Order: sequence, then C-alpha cells, then structure tokens
Amino acid sequence: MTESVNTSALTPAPGTPGQSGTVVRSTVLKRLFKNPLGIVAIVILLGIALLAAFADVLAPFEENYANIAKTLASPDSVNILGTDSAGRDIWSRLLFGARLTLLSALLCAGVAVAIGLPAGLIAGYYAGRFEAVSNWVVSILMSLPGLIVLLTIRAAFGPSVWVSMIAFGVLISPAYFRLTRTAVQSVRNELYVDAARVSGLSDRSIIVRHIFSVVRAPVIIQTAAIAGVAIAIQSGLEFLGLGDPSKATWGVMLSEGFKNVYLKPELLFWPSFAMSLTIGALVLLGNAIRDAMEDGEKIKHRKKPADKAATATSGPSPTVTRASRKAVAAVESGTEHHLVKVTNLGVGYPQADGSIKKVVDDVSFHVDRGEILGIVGESGSGKSQTAFSILGLLPDTARIVGGAIQFDGDYTVAPGDDTVNQDRLSKLRGKRISYIPQEPMSNLDPAFTIGYQLVTPMVRVLGISKAEATNRAMKLLSDVGITYPDRTFKAYPHEVSGGMAQRVLIAGAISCEPDLIIADEPTTALDVTVQADVLDLIRDLQKRLGVGVILVTHNFGVVADLCDRVVVMQNGRLVEEGPVREILRNPADPYTQKLLGSMLEGKEPMTMLVAAGTEAAQ
Amino acid sequence: MSTFQNSGTLATPGQNLDGNLLSVDSLVVEYPTKHFRAKPFRALTDINISIKAGETLGLVGESGSGKTTLGRAVLGLAPVTQGTITFEGKDISHASRKDRRALSRDLQVVFQDPYTSLNPALEIGDILAEPLSVQGKSPTEAKRRVRELLDQVGLPSDAIHRLPREFSGGQRQRVAIARALALSPKLIVCDEPVSALDLSTQAVVLDLFLQIQRDTGVSYLFVSHDLDVVRHISHRVAVMYRGEIVEQGTAEVVTRTPEHPYTQRLLLASPVPDPDRQEKRRKDRHELLKAQRIEAAASVPA
Repeated sequence: MTESVNTSALTPAPGTPGQSGTVVRSTVLKRLFKNPLGIVAIVILLGIALLAAFADVLAPFEENYANIAKTLASPDSVNILGTDSAGRDIWSRLLFGARLTLLSALLCAGVAVAIGLPAGLIAGYYAGRFEAVSNWVVSILMSLPGLIVLLTIRAAFGPSVWVSMIAFGVLISPAYFRLTRTAVQSVRNELYVDAARVSGLSDRSIIVRHIFSVVRAPVIIQTAAIAGVAIAIQSGLEFLGLGDPSKATWGVMLSEGFKNVYLKPELLFWPSFAMSLTIGALVLLGNAIRDAMEDGEKIKHRKKPADKAATATSGPSPTVTRASRKAVAAVESGTEHHLVKVTNLGVGYPQADGSIKKVVDDVSFHVDRGEILGIVGESGSGKSQTAFSILGLLPDTARIVGGAIQFDGDYTVAPGDDTVNQDRLSKLRGKRISYIPQEPMSNLDPAFTIGYQLVTPMVRVLGISKAEATNRAMKLLSDVGITYPDRTFKAYPHEVSGGMAQRVLIAGAISCEPDLIIADEPTTALDVTVQADVLDLIRDLQKRLGVGVILVTHNFGVVADLCDRVVVMQNGRLVEEGPVREILRNPADPYTQKLLGSMLEGKEPMTMLVAAGTEAAQ
Repeated sequence: MSTFQNSGTLATPGQNLDGNLLSVDSLVVEYPTKHFRAKPFRALTDINISIKAGETLGLVGESGSGKTTLGRAVLGLAPVTQGTITFEGKDISHASRKDRRALSRDLQVVFQDPYTSLNPALEIGDILAEPLSVQGKSPTEAKRRVRELLDQVGLPSDAIHRLPREFSGGQRQRVAIARALALSPKLIVCDEPVSALDLSTQAVVLDLFLQIQRDTGVSYLFVSHDLDVVRHISHRVAVMYRGEIVEQGTAEVVTRTPEHPYTQRLLLASPVPDPDRQEKRRKDRHELLKAQRIEAAASVPA
C-alpha cells in the first residue's frame, strides 16, 4: 500500500549496510585513539601497568633487600636510580611500589563501584523506601571526616594498605551512588522503558538492557578520577608514616625521602614523579573518554579563509555592489513600500567535510503592512529558518549563502552579506520587529514575574518610565483578553496556563508597537480550544494595529483562519505562493496538493488517505 | 456522568459474556502527592469504556484531561485506585509483572514520541526482537518474525542493523508499530501515535493503522487530541474532560453532532482549511460560546 513512499524515503542510506552497536562502540574507541591526550594517557598507564606487572623480572633487587654498605648512593650501573637511607635500590622499590599502589587504587575503585553502582541503580529505578534509606546512609557517609575514619581504622586493624583502601572505597562509594541514581532517574520514565514494561520484561532485564547502558560511560569516567584520588589519599596516609613500612609503596618511599630531604633530595623526586605521572594520566584519560563519548562530530571552522576571500573581494567596492543591487531591486516596481522583502535568500550550515548544507534555498517573498503572510511547510522545510533570518536569530554557525532581506526600504541582509547584520537588526528587533514563539512556557523566564518581563523591555526600548510602562503593561494584558491583569502581572510564569502564557507573550510582542510580528507556530503547543481563542486574539490585534504578520505554521486550518497570502515551502525551497483562497482551493504544485490531500477534514472515515490521494493525482 | 453507556458492562470475571475484548468499569486513578498526608491527585474519575474485537475506540480530549492516563492504566503503567479493568474476561487491574508478561502477547502499545520510545543504544532488530525473546521465542524464530514485521510496516529489511537515530520520525513510528505487532496482539493502546508527525507522514501512518486492522482484526484504543484524527480512525469515540468521560458513542454522532457542550466547543475550535468555511465556523463558534455562557450563567457550569 505504501511501498513506493517507503522506498523513496529510505533511499539515502543504501550504501551504508548495517551499522551495529559494536561498530558504534568502536567509533568511541577510535575517537579516543584519535585524541593525542588520550593516546598519551593510555601509553603512560599501560607502561606503568606493564612495569608493575613484570616487577619481579624487571627489578634487579628485592623490594626490601638492603645493602648497608651502600646507603644514599648516587645512580651507578648497579643501582640505576641510586639507593635510599637503608641502602635499598630505588628503581626496584619504584617498580614494586607501582604494583602495590595501582592494585590498591583498583581495589578502592572496585569497592566503591561494587557498593555505589548497584545501590544507585536500585534507588534510581525503584525510588521509594530503598532510595530514602540509602540517601540517609549516603548523607552519613559523606558527612564523615574521611581522614579521621581512615586513621581510626588504621589504629584498629593495623597498617594494612588493603584494609585502608577498602575503607576508603566504602567512604567514596556515594560518588558512584549519586552519579548512577541521577542517570537512572533521567531515563526511568523514558517511553522505551515503559515499552519494555509493557512487553513484560523483568525489572532485572530492564535494568541490564535499557538502563545500565546509560550509566556505563559516566561510571568509567568517574573511575579514572577516583583511582587518581585513591592513589593520592593512600600515599598521603603513608607519607604521614601510617603505612606498612615492610611494603614498598610510593607513599612509603615519599615518607622515607622526606626524612632525608637535606641529605638527598632526589629521593623525594622519583616517587612524586611516578605519582604525578599516574594521576595525571588518569585525569587525562577520563577527559579523553568523556570527549570521545560526547558527540565528536564538531564542525571544524575551516571556511574562515573562504570568508576572508569573500570579504576581501567585496571590500574594495562595497558601494558599487550595494548600488547595483539596489538598482536591481528597484526595478521590481517600488519595493520600498514592502514592509519586508526577501529576495533569493539562501541559508546554509557548514558541514564537517567543508561543504555547506543549504536549509533555505533561493526563497523570495514579501509582506506588506497590514497583511498576514503564512509560511507553510513540514518539518525540515526551512520555514522557521527563513523566519529566523528575518529576525536575525540564526545560530552562530549559520551562513547566509545568497540573497538579501530588506525591511521597510533598508537592507538587514544586503546582497553579498554572509551573516545577518546584527547592528542594524538589534535596533529593529523588539521594537519594530517582534516575535511570538512556539513554546510559550519556555520563553518566559521562571525566575521573574510576568510584569517584570513585560515592563523591562518597554523601559529599555521605548525609554519610558517604569510607572508608565507598568500602566501600559496592565492595559496590554487586558487587551489580550486576560480577565484579571493585575493578578497576572504579579504572577510567575509557572502560575499561569499555557494559553495564558501565550497571551502574555503576545502582549509582549505588541508592547513596543511593532510594524512586523513574526509568529512561529504560535498555537502548535496549545489545546485546540485555546488555539481558537489565540487565533481570534491575533486576528483582532492585527486588524486594530494594522501590523504585518508572518505566520509560520504547518496547519492549513490556521492558515485559512488568519492568512491573506500563503507561501508553501518544501526542503528549503519555495514551491508555491499566492492568495490564500487560490492556494487552498486550487493548488498548482503537486506538493501542495499532497499536503492538502493529507488533511483529514472532509475525508470519508476509515478510508486510505495516501492511496486515494495518489490515485486522484494520477 | 457519561451520557452513553454500553449495555451489560458488568462482566463476570472468568467469563466473556458481553463479547467485549476490554472493559473498564468505574475506574478511578489517583496519584499520591509529595506532601505528607495531602489529598492524592485524582487523575481519572468513574471511567466506563469497552472495546470489542476488531473495533477502534477513539479517546479525545485536551491536555490534562486524563486520556493518556487511561491508556496507561490499561497497560498497567498507572495505579488503579478503584474499579476494574477486564481484558478477555480476566481482571487485570492489579496484574503482576508475571501476568503482564503473559498479557503482553495480547495487549501492546504505541507511544506518542517516536524519538524517546525506542532505546537509542539498541539496533532496530534488537528492539523488535525484545518482546519475542521475553515470550521465549528462539533467536532464529525471532529473526524471521522481525523480517516479517519490517515488511508489514513497509521498512526495508536492512533496517535490522541500524540504530533509531538513522530514521526519520515517521519511520521510527513504524518501528514502534512493528514492535507492538510483534506478538500479534488483540489490542493496541495507541497514545497520540501521530501527533509528533508531519501532515503527510501522519496520513501514511494512519493508513498503516487501518491496513493492519483490516489484515489482523486488531482492536485499538486510540488516544488523540485531534478530533479529525479520531473521527477518521475510530468506530466509536469517547470524549474526556477533566478526568471524566463526558460523551461516548459512535464516531459519526460524537464527532459531527455532539451533545455535550465541551465536545461542541472542541468540534468548532478546530479550523478547516478553507477561508470562507472557516469564517463561518468561527462565527458558529462565537455564537456557541455566547449561548453556552448564557446557559452556564443560568445553571451549573458544565
């Protein structure tokens, strides 16, 4: 029934056969290996781990073998790094110390993960009583002074590295618990988890399959950091003389070196160097993993030279191009009287491979005073990008790749410009061009009252006093149909409904008496009954104020309700333009016909829409 | 409060006297509030609906009306405080996870947002095989069924090894529909399955729903805020308002000549794609609102 549609919609990716989960994971690894810092960190850690693992073979002496005759010796062919105050070989002790230090750091991280991860998973997933209790335990653990607990444990159990690291692992497990719980909470109510529940998956399978993948990455990163902290803490304890003197560790060596700091300062250097190297490498590795996990496809700003070339060529003769283009514009009978005129506009985004992806391509239309122009299209049609280029609110990465925009006889984007001229637009925006957004709630700052958010722009833009602006705001609120303006004025955004918030934003949009209002899907987020009220409001205000309106929408019903003229867009291109009745009743373009054919209004229920539509078209 | 009641909804557990696949009787759903000893929030009040085999019940209402909660209650994702939900003669109001696993063969779901209803870390093949493996199907069997499903919803078979993010919204929704179809269920709860889609994609997906119903005889509980969508796909329609069902009946009657004031407002609020007809509808709406205001002033507000 829909085969033709499907295959055509899926053609972009025939050349890329199965991309499996393992492939994706390996790209993370690949990105990690592409990062020089990541490689350095991995090489250092691997090197230290190998040295520690083969300490028995590589070390020329036992860790505690003491040559009393040769204390505090300088490096020579036998003791390549010299000896300490007891005549023990420093190189050998460094190697054995690496083994003990790394293993104990692993133990600490392991204990912390073993406690924190499952507890966090359970608390995050089930919430309820277990979460409450574990939160208490975590709070207690976190309020304990770590060093004092470790000293107490040392006093009770003796100077064992392992015992103190297990204790430290327990103390530091809240870090994992909190991390895991937060990550799990963020996905607990995702719809795919609900779908798994409906499928009857057991909780354990849900956690293993759907939830664990979310916490995996942060736990790995955290472990790198925790291992570094464990090494530092353990060495700190031993430095204070609380370690096991019969075992060689970096901390014990540090303590020993400190005692002889005046006789032989190098003794301090080697263990400190080993520690800094290891901890530094762990931190770098953590950062590199995080960078690799985060979306690596950052756009390289490689087009800079091209930009410079463009400005360089247009630099010497800007007046000429400007003048000639203006002459071209003037040919189309009297474009100065158009409120907005968009000519052959192109907007694009530079891609990682250096090409530019066009999202708006060769679009031209105009809006007159007192007129409502609808821009209709589906997602990805470029309708919002077009509206944003008129507003000058395109993201920084966007480039105007062609064409011009003029507002009330002046260019805001002159021919040849590659970005919107913010100097020119910031004088217009908010004052002569205003904006009604799609999501009313996310466009009001929850930290300020509605009144404050209405008054401040008026004081700034119109230069009136605060009292006068307050009076105006009250009047505006009652103009947009709010029954108790003073109550709404004092309210915070979360205290009003979505429809009310949209009315407030409309009041804000007309507060500075604009010539043009750009409304981007102003009713899409609202209930149908509220939508009808808001449409009534926009129509009344537009008639009363005589402003021009650009209405961006996907809904032909909204278009029919408000618009005088319509522009239909598809994939960044303008496919059709005309008076509303003509477009809606006799659409010339097949795409417009398809869109209108997809409307449910007036269709026989329970019949196929697409099949019937294509038959009619053929 | 309902103006239309299906006769004989008092099903005896274990029997299937009235021929209903699903019946919901006097359902109340309450959510506990955060504050200690505060009154729980009542999301649904006294809900009575029923669905026969091969039938679509459209559930329409505005945001916060409880239509999604009703769907979730049927799926066991919302707490049932009072009343019963009966599916194939069995009371499933408080079904355990084990019962749910057996139930999932017959009762499935398609969610609104195709972007969050598929696990971004799993391949399409794994997503579709999940319900099959829960039911103890062997991997080869599951693989064969996955291919069938992709074919059924019009996706190419190489989609198996791709990730959700490689697909558009409409294609993802097909994957979600395929997942729901995996076990050949008898009832699919569709929670706003087309509201996140573009107009032309919506038409294609609605066609798919109709085609699947014709081919498999599945029933739908179709939740939507859009009266046009509900009219197009439903045999019967229930209108929800503030946690209650205010009107229920055949799609033709409820969506064209509604009796309840709220449904009347809803009908006239949705704009039609013709300026002149829309102008008339707008006038009708204003007259209706005026008349209702006068009526409301005279009696208890609806």
